[in-house]
Amino acid sequence: MFPKGTKRKFSDSGDEPPAGSDDVNQPSSAAVRMLSSYSLQRQSLLDMSLIKLQLCHMLVEPNLCRSVLIANTVRQIQEEMTQDGTWQIMTQALSAANAAAQCSADRLVATEVLCRQTEAAQGEPAPKPFPAVGSEGCSAEEVVVVEEEDEGVEGGVIMSTVSPQAPTAYLPSTFGIDPCWEEETGEEEDEDEDSEECASGSEEGDNDRLVEDSRTAEQVFGTFEIKNPAPSPDPALEELFSDVDASYYDLDTVLTGMQSAPKMGPYDLLESLSSHGPSPLSSSTSCRSDLNELDHIMEIIVGS
Amino acid sequence: MAGVGGGNDFQWCFSQVKGAIDEDVAEADIISTVEFNYSGELLATGDKGGRVVIFQREQEVSLPSSSKNRPHSRGEYNVYSTFQSHEPEFDYLKSLEIEEKINKIRWLPQQNAAHSLLSTNDKTIKLWKISERDKRAEGYNLKDEDGRLRDPFRITSLRVPVLMPMDLMVEASPRRIFANAHTYHINSISVNSDHETYLSADDLRINLWHLEITDRSFNIVDIKPANMEELTEVITAAECHPHQCNVFVYSSSKGTIRLCDMRAAALCDRQSKFFEEPEDPSSRSFFSEIISSISDVKFSHSGRYMMTRDYLSVKVWDLNMENRPVETYQVHEYLRSKLCSLYENDCIFDKFECCWNGSDSAIMTGSYNNFFRMFDRNTRRDITLEASRENSKPRAVLKPRKVSTGGKRKKDEISVDSLDFNKKILHTAWHPKENVIAVAATNNLYIFQDKIN
Repeated sequence: MFPKGTKRKFSDSGDEPPAGSDDVNQPSSAAVRMLSSYSLQRQSLLDMSLIKLQLCHMLVEPNLCRSVLIANTVRQIQEEMTQDGTWQIMTQALSAANAAAQCSADRLVATEVLCRQTEAAQGEPAPKPFPAVGSEGCSAEEVVVVEEEDEGVEGGVIMSTVSPQAPTAYLPSTFGIDPCWEEETGEEEDEDEDSEECASGSEEGDNDRLVEDSRTAEQVFGTFEIKNPAPSPDPALEELFSDVDASYYDLDTVLTGMQSAPKMGPYDLLESLSSHGPSPLSSSTSCRSDLNELDHIMEIIVGS
Repeated sequence: MAGVGGGNDFQWCFSQVKGAIDEDVAEADIISTVEFNYSGELLATGDKGGRVVIFQREQEVSLPSSSKNRPHSRGEYNVYSTFQSHEPEFDYLKSLEIEEKINKIRWLPQQNAAHSLLSTNDKTIKLWKISERDKRAEGYNLKDEDGRLRDPFRITSLRVPVLMPMDLMVEASPRRIFANAHTYHINSISVNSDHETYLSADDLRINLWHLEITDRSFNIVDIKPANMEELTEVITAAECHPHQCNVFVYSSSKGTIRLCDMRAAALCDRQSKFFEEPEDPSSRSFFSEIISSISDVKFSHSGRYMMTRDYLSVKVWDLNMENRPVETYQVHEYLRSKLCSLYENDCIFDKFECCWNGSDSAIMTGSYNNFFRMFDRNTRRDITLEASRENSKPRAVLKPRKVSTGGKRKKDEISVDSLDFNKKILHTAWHPKENVIAVAATNNLYIFQDKIN
């Protein structure tokens, strides 16, 4: 049930030694394993919940009760992770990695999207509801730069250039501390291959991958990148997770492309995840023109 | 006989099963709601395909020799009327398809020879009138033999038509359509005790309607936050009080119930009573909130109590006590250790309904593997029964089922891992006066009754 190859270093160092063991100074290995297993369970639950939210939002009209319950679960996990320091450590490392990016965008983007984007131009055309693109000047610039560099350049190079949008950061399951981090950046070439898979994969494929090789799975799913150049991401993070952008429920917002305030939560993840399908905006635009025609025809028929 | 509670006091027998037998279940045939009318003579079902099927109980056969009016056999339920209540629709503004699945049916009290019911899908409520016609007027001399209207000047005599009996024809006609009042999906409708109004509830709002007026409804509860980003709770069910026409309750996804009095304010956002059981900290998990979400709320017939169904239990609340339920019954506690898997396969979001018997002495609710559970409130005994074709010989007594929780599995017990989670009993109904129950198992409707000696 748990992904293989999970880097336990992080969670072990992050958790306090359990009380009540024989040797107070050295936590028993069983207790440590239990704590790690709890972290794994929690992580796996978080991953699962995010996928569910993603699938939920791919429906045109999500079941509101279900979405709210899953989102509350995600928030609960995130709060707990924030409390025991798991979240802070991860984001610190992430921001360290992103320091070069100097991007002012405060975004939470799924790795899956980023995988796909590394294939195509990193910059997404405006219609896509990918939040970073819309009204964020900085990322747009980044995007432009990337596009230029994209042509004829290998995937690996792109990844390193466009660090804010590269899937270089992961949730605690894969996260580990610095050595692991560097290890992962070295595997960018692999990620590109994965990214091609991502692009061609469907939702079902996504679910299958969850049980596949841990690294691939973790690269593709349940990972966040926090593009936050702020030196102290913690308050921003808390703010990110305390505000849940449920504007996705509002279909008007969906159809108009959700160019609202740059607040993030589980739902913004979904906005970006949905971008791999036909983007709601573009499809609704074409849909609307068709429907306008249809209305027009109906009027003629009805003779109103 | 009527009014005796369920549980182990007597035995339940198979009576009938309706629906197709094949393994391949058409999605449209899945039953989505079951409801007896006020007298119990009619039993209505709605399905995912938007159809309503009404069964009528045939007259009971009594032996002339019996001194008391004890029936030889209980009347069977036969199809009385079938009609397409809702069709799939397309919302052009939002580019969405609106499902035709019937979410709820509620009968109106009978006021004349015709029967009326309300049926609703996600967006539109319809009032249907079901009337019988067993006579036809004959003897008109206004038409020629070949059917053409005769020239009025040619008609020289006045002939009054005569009513002749004909084969019974049951017609269902939509009398009112209550549309465009809900942005979110309707989950409940409830007829008020004044028989003039009813309420409809969706995820975030509750509206009050007058049965005669379709172009206007009053919004009485609105929990939509100004900023949808702050949404953490939705309405899951609502019901009118059976006697007090100013009182209604609604339940939420956080396991709370709010009782509101419509006399207090036009918009009942502030509840009069707030029912919530404090959480047991020892059993807290990431799934605590999801399993506390209430899927159904039903007032007792007396109006003194109400019952709520959450994922693992049924709770009976005294309306006079808000801080905890007076009774809690575990439906399938053995699932508590499986919550993660149930979350993964989405079963944790299944919405089970619950119902009272006519005398409020027993309650019933469904579970998985086509099991359903009955609890006797007086004796505190409970029983698990199964709705399956294997036990479907006429008047066959249903054998109690048991799920083994420990390591050792006794004979005839079924282990938790062998349960079929695709066979879920979400909808059940209890006859208002007698011990007759209707249980919807996917696309089949089972009718069980108590054993008659």
